[in-house]
Amino acid sequence: MVVFEKPKSLTDVSMHYCPGCTHGIIHRLVAEVIDELGIEGKTIGIAPVGCSVLAYNYFRCDMIEAAHGRAPAVATGVKRSLPENIVFTYQGDGDLASIGTAETVHAAARNENITIIFINNAIYGMTGGQMAPTSLPGQVTQTSPYGRDVTQCGYPVKVCEMLSQLDGPEYLERVTVNNVKNIRNAKRAIKKAFQNQVEGKGFSLVEVLSSCPTNWGMTPQKALEWIDEKMIPYYPLGVYKDRSANKEAKA
Amino acid sequence: MAKLTFKSDDCKGCGLCVDACPKKVLALSKDKINKKGHHPIEAVKPDDCIGCAFCATMCPDCIITVER
Repeated sequence: MVVFEKPKSLTDVSMHYCPGCTHGIIHRLVAEVIDELGIEGKTIGIAPVGCSVLAYNYFRCDMIEAAHGRAPAVATGVKRSLPENIVFTYQGDGDLASIGTAETVHAAARNENITIIFINNAIYGMTGGQMAPTSLPGQVTQTSPYGRDVTQCGYPVKVCEMLSQLDGPEYLERVTVNNVKNIRNAKRAIKKAFQNQVEGKGFSLVEVLSSCPTNWGMTPQKALEWIDEKMIPYYPLGVYKDRSANKEAKA
Repeated sequence: MAKLTFKSDDCKGCGLCVDACPKKVLALSKDKINKKGHHPIEAVKPDDCIGCAFCATMCPDCIITVER
């Protein structure tokens, strides 16, 4: 009996990500969820700009490449014209929390019935490790060699907290993939985000704290520990909004 | 008995599976080098494998298939 194999919704293409990059894990979780919900034939993915710009090579579903940060806007268009299809975007922090903030906030405020998988690794990976809007205070990057100075660069953007203030979004949760237990939890969250869309509930966003061993300058193992030690204290895990759960609690 | 199969040419030698294994079944190969130029993962104690699939869950590149 096969206990574990590559999900059908992933192609056989070898991924281009660096050794130990958790993008591969999150791709797999999304593919497993697509398999389990049986929505492979009607899913449309929107690829971002960033390390995961080539995500369209890896998912065995229709994919559209959006301009930098515009994935939620493209997803809105696709979902409104093809409401029977399942539309998800897969975006990094440079894409979603920086250049695409406007698209993200307004898609959430309109409660568009789309699913967003947001990968937060606190750095710009593809371009060589520059400071991102989500870089931690004091974090050393290519463009903040003495550590992020909050008096000059401001404070990190906490996307889940920010969007949870809106009335629009249906479901917001922050998870991570730095160990087996957290990976299982992340899969549950991603599945719920897709399930919400199938049921027509509305905007669902899952923020996944991810690692970038290459640009953080660490081994893959150290990078996963760094998530535990530095990232989770600043970006606490948990459900930030779940309207259906609130309704059940009130009823 | 549990059985592990590897798609060794896609392995990037990150070693996340090595740490995830509760039975210390896996190790990076010391003498082999794959197409990508990494030391791929291999089962050094295959008989100890319990088929928990922790290694495959951690693997970012989906190179491990677990059968039980």
